[in-house]
Amino acid sequence: MRYDDPEVAVLLEDSAEDLYENAPCGYLSTLLDGRIVKINTTLLTWLGYTREHLVGKSRFTDLLTIGGRIYHETHLAPLLRMQGEVGGVALEMLASDGARHPVLITTTVKTGPDGQPLLIRTTVFDAHDRRAYERELLRARQDADRERDRIQHLATTLQRTLLPPILPEVPGMEVAAYYHAASRDDMSGDFYDLFPLADGQWGFFLGDVCGKGVAAAVVTSLIRYTLRAAAVYDADPMAVLRNLNTVLNQHHQGDDPRFCTVIFGRLTRAEDGCAITLASGGHPPALLLRADGTTDYRPTPGGQLVGPLPDATFAATTLHLGPGDTLLLYTDGLTEARTDSTRTRHSEQALLEFATTVAPTTARSAVAEVATLLAGFGDGLDDDAAVLALSVPPLTLRA
Amino acid sequence: MPDIPCVDPWQTRPWQDDCDASTGGDRAAGATMCGMDVLGRNHVVVTGPQDGPVVVLAHGFGCDQHMWRLIAPTLAQRFRVVVFDYVGAGRSDLSAWDAQRYSTLDGYAQDVLDICEELDLRDAVFVGHSVSAMIGVLAANRQPRRFAKLVLVTPSPRYVDDGEYRGGFSAADIDELLDSLDSNYLGWSAVMAPVIMGNPDRPELGEELTNSFCRTDPVMARAFARATFLSDNRADLFDVTVPTLVIQATSDVIAPQEVGAFVHAAIAGSTLVTVDATGHCPQLSAPAPVLHAITSFLTAVP
Repeated sequence: MRYDDPEVAVLLEDSAEDLYENAPCGYLSTLLDGRIVKINTTLLTWLGYTREHLVGKSRFTDLLTIGGRIYHETHLAPLLRMQGEVGGVALEMLASDGARHPVLITTTVKTGPDGQPLLIRTTVFDAHDRRAYERELLRARQDADRERDRIQHLATTLQRTLLPPILPEVPGMEVAAYYHAASRDDMSGDFYDLFPLADGQWGFFLGDVCGKGVAAAVVTSLIRYTLRAAAVYDADPMAVLRNLNTVLNQHHQGDDPRFCTVIFGRLTRAEDGCAITLASGGHPPALLLRADGTTDYRPTPGGQLVGPLPDATFAATTLHLGPGDTLLLYTDGLTEARTDSTRTRHSEQALLEFATTVAPTTARSAVAEVATLLAGFGDGLDDDAAVLALSVPPLTLRA
Repeated sequence: MPDIPCVDPWQTRPWQDDCDASTGGDRAAGATMCGMDVLGRNHVVVTGPQDGPVVVLAHGFGCDQHMWRLIAPTLAQRFRVVVFDYVGAGRSDLSAWDAQRYSTLDGYAQDVLDICEELDLRDAVFVGHSVSAMIGVLAANRQPRRFAKLVLVTPSPRYVDDGEYRGGFSAADIDELLDSLDSNYLGWSAVMAPVIMGNPDRPELGEELTNSFCRTDPVMARAFARATFLSDNRADLFDVTVPTLVIQATSDVIAPQEVGAFVHAAIAGSTLVTVDATGHCPQLSAPAPVLHAITSFLTAVP
């Protein structure tokens, strides 16, 4: 093999000059003030200039768009001064015919033996494809942003339709509710309501559908209207839950579970407050905060989850609310919030102790305390939470 | 007290926490907590002798307080040097950013005045680079007692040509720039946040700059660009009452010499120094003559 054979020489890639001139990227060298002193054929071809046009006459920034020039002056040049090297910068270069060439450049400062900067060397890579790809990414991101806004709006609107906008006024009682959505993007399965029944009685309920999202919202809607209709038909809380159970059980389809836990209550006004009958289907017990500062749960043992079994059994309890007494219903978002860095879940015991610190109270104060508490959980609250409180105003001192 | 598993959310309300910015640590977090920790919000750094005359160095669009690193240490030998980042730039508290406030240069001038108030500055020298020159003019016109002197480095009161006035850019140029900012924020953010290679000799420098430049939120950068390049502060120059030095570079595509001459002519009694330098940042490309011009002006007897 003869090394001076031109064909062999080409294969050996031993011409640095040719490698520089016809490299698959642009090369450009400038003085520190930006004046072009050397430029390779590749870049000249891309830009449609001759060497005589540019060398010694133009500056690097003359080849940039206005936006690129401003970027160069405000970002690239200072960075280069401070670091001696800047890479991966996206710019557009202007060709002689005015066409724009998206490029990625990397720039280094060549220093002399004494460390003094002498020249600026820049490599220029074609970025047409990358810029097109970025435009696609941008469009996708904008679409995603719009879609997210739309879904949040939809979820918020839908959520509002599942909760009463304001609670009705119950004569002689104070009522309050609070709802905390863990996510703005998804529907919660927590629900509550309070509504008048015949004969001066009132019905109320609070519960939690298993699951989240649209499927949960559909079930929540079904439950809410079933409970209200069932209460008109027969206001006995046990009967209401049995009817709900029948509806959910018949509605249950295949692998789409339609269960909930719920407490339904019927309130009857009495002379010194009110009588309340509660029926529970698998729901955490209601909390009673008495006028004397004592607190306790009102368990309804034996109440089963509503929906899965055709003949589920429920449990009821009755209680009397006197002046200064407050009844609090809540969902497990409140008791299962993670309250510290060890990720221990808050318990019913801790909730009882918290209640002890706020009792005696009123419905509005209790709900405000719980809202403050939930806000304090911050990121620890990863479930939705709903609370509903009813209280009989305390006796005021007579003049 | 009851035995409760976690002390914090149950017994303490976050907003009741004592706020003590002087304990150091992460200032940005303190600023978020207190709302008005200006020194943390603007990442204010003060160096130099405590009893020295105060010099405030303000960065322009695109960069942060590092723009002064070649001259600040020398200045700090004789002066009390204050550097900071505008909200939205560098290591400022980005949560303090407000689209409306930072849509005009007045919002940035308020940052300067907030810092002056927090440090109780009177008769300070304000050195503003690029758009910060005009921000300094606005601040000094609003509260002249705070400022003894102004140094305007490569200032421009208006970037767009207007009749006889030559700002260096056509309206179409700026529209093109702002369009590209508004319509292509992904592309611009790639431009705004270049992959910056560390300097092997001084790795801490590369890290520092990577952080400060890469954190420029494209939305905030765009707002600052709009406020900068659409502003017209020519009339404000005529209201300047404090002694002013204008420093321009011989070759600057953003603030050409005729713009420097305009600023010099508009501010009565101002001094103009032209530094032999290329580019918009002579404090980096020619730090020695810039330093000389500033110190001569600061120590000159009025």
